[in-house]
Amino acid sequence: MSIIFAVSGVVIKELYRRKDFYVLFILTALMTLLLGSVNFFNDSSVFRYVKEICLLLIWISSLVISITTAGRQIPAEKENRTIFPLLAKPVSRAQMIVGKFLGCWFASGLMLLVFYGFFVLISGSREHQWPMSIYAQAFWLHWACLAVIIAMALLGSIVFTAFSSNVTICFCIVIGIFVVGGHLNTAALEMGEPGASILYALYYVIPHLEWYDVRPLVIHNQGVIRWIDVAGATLYAAVYTSTLLGATWVIFRRKSLA
Amino acid sequence: MRGLLLILGFVVCLTLATVLDPRLRSLHEENKRASSVMAVLMGDSRQMFANHFFLKADAYFHYGTYPSIFDQALKEESHMTARSDQAHKHDGHDEHGEDEHEHDGEAADSHKDSNDWIQRFGRHFVLSAHKHLENGDEREILPWLKISVDLDPHRVTSYVTVSYWLRQKLNKPREAEEFLRLGLRNNPDSYEILFELGVLTNESKKNPVVARRLWELALERWDKQKKERLKPDELVRMEILGQLAKSEDQSGHYDQAIAWLKKLKIASPCPDAVDKLIETVKAKTQPGK
Repeated sequence: MSIIFAVSGVVIKELYRRKDFYVLFILTALMTLLLGSVNFFNDSSVFRYVKEICLLLIWISSLVISITTAGRQIPAEKENRTIFPLLAKPVSRAQMIVGKFLGCWFASGLMLLVFYGFFVLISGSREHQWPMSIYAQAFWLHWACLAVIIAMALLGSIVFTAFSSNVTICFCIVIGIFVVGGHLNTAALEMGEPGASILYALYYVIPHLEWYDVRPLVIHNQGVIRWIDVAGATLYAAVYTSTLLGATWVIFRRKSLA
Repeated sequence: MRGLLLILGFVVCLTLATVLDPRLRSLHEENKRASSVMAVLMGDSRQMFANHFFLKADAYFHYGTYPSIFDQALKEESHMTARSDQAHKHDGHDEHGEDEHEHDGEAADSHKDSNDWIQRFGRHFVLSAHKHLENGDEREILPWLKISVDLDPHRVTSYVTVSYWLRQKLNKPREAEEFLRLGLRNNPDSYEILFELGVLTNESKKNPVVARRLWELALERWDKQKKERLKPDELVRMEILGQLAKSEDQSGHYDQAIAWLKKLKIASPCPDAVDKLIETVKAKTQPGK
């Protein structure tokens, strides 16, 4: 376990050494503050649009950071040839994958904490209410969603040769799931065979990341999700993450590093 | 020497004026053109985005829930505006309480596979009740409508919707009027904006004379569009006629009220109801009643 944490520690250090996070955070903060100062019809209590845009920027930033960080891990090790001494030490390929995954996931969790901290401060200062439960749930679901995405990007980094193609494909898949993932069954109803069956199969196979996006509930202060449902969603994310990491390990185990 | 200095000063001023004047003029022109920069950059896609932001406002009105394009077939028309709000009441929305109603999207869901656990579980993470913003929270839709107008200044519905909420729910008639006048500058032929301006003048400024003049102007614009075969909205014409008749009746101009009601009777799908109104007004004209 200490080996896994040692590998993940390197990934976390890499995140705070890189400038991606700082740039995205400053951009998010600046845009949010700028939008918050806009006057709409002399009504200073209009604020939900600021929350909406701030959360959208947080989601975009988190996707960019997670996918690029996870996608670059193994290719960078190969390119710099540091993968050989790493695996020459008593580090198995499975430990390396889990370590890389945990590093990316913890790093994205730290980043999310900063982003959500900013969001809570801004919202609380304007709305004078602190619904911490829904904020905590939104944070947790967001982080659980990132676990699946990071695992997906790690798998992509083994399957695809180039970092750029992996990142592009991951973004397309993730955005596709968010936009149409929950509606594939409806679309299948309108289609004939074999398209309908294929679409239905896809509907059941893909991870339903759209569940984890609870922005409307946060923006409109619409109460708390049942914790049992949050636990269910966490379990669902854990199953998909394990499956994707398992697939990564199976492919990586047989892959030549040369 | 002093004279020479004065001449020098005059020459310097003249030279500066010849240099600065064209620059200042071009600056003013640039400012005038600034509004069209977005048009140059985005072209006709502005209308698409304007529509998106208008729908975003509608989604906000429903606490962020909105039927997807896949559920659109079962979707009812947007009911943000006054007209459709009234129609909503007829549908029994207000009679039974809004919370009990299923959302449009969920109505669509009921047609889908009930054994679909993914969909059933997914509903725990979205707002399932059909609710509308209330108690002044309606203001939250305004930024999206403003953006919609900024993107497409010819989107008349956005002006009217903003004015309705500012006037009716947020008690901001001055802002509503300013926004409607902006809309009128961008759409001088819009009978909808003139009608809404009339309603605002009548209700908020309590000036029925000016309101009637605005409604008459709206009617003129409506007729003009009809002549040009632009398919103006019949419902708005009926509303204009109805408001004119009501206002004339309240001001004691019964003959004029009857004249407007007769025009309304021709256009109305319920002429019998209008007939009853005419009889009521006629009764007021008879002495001793």
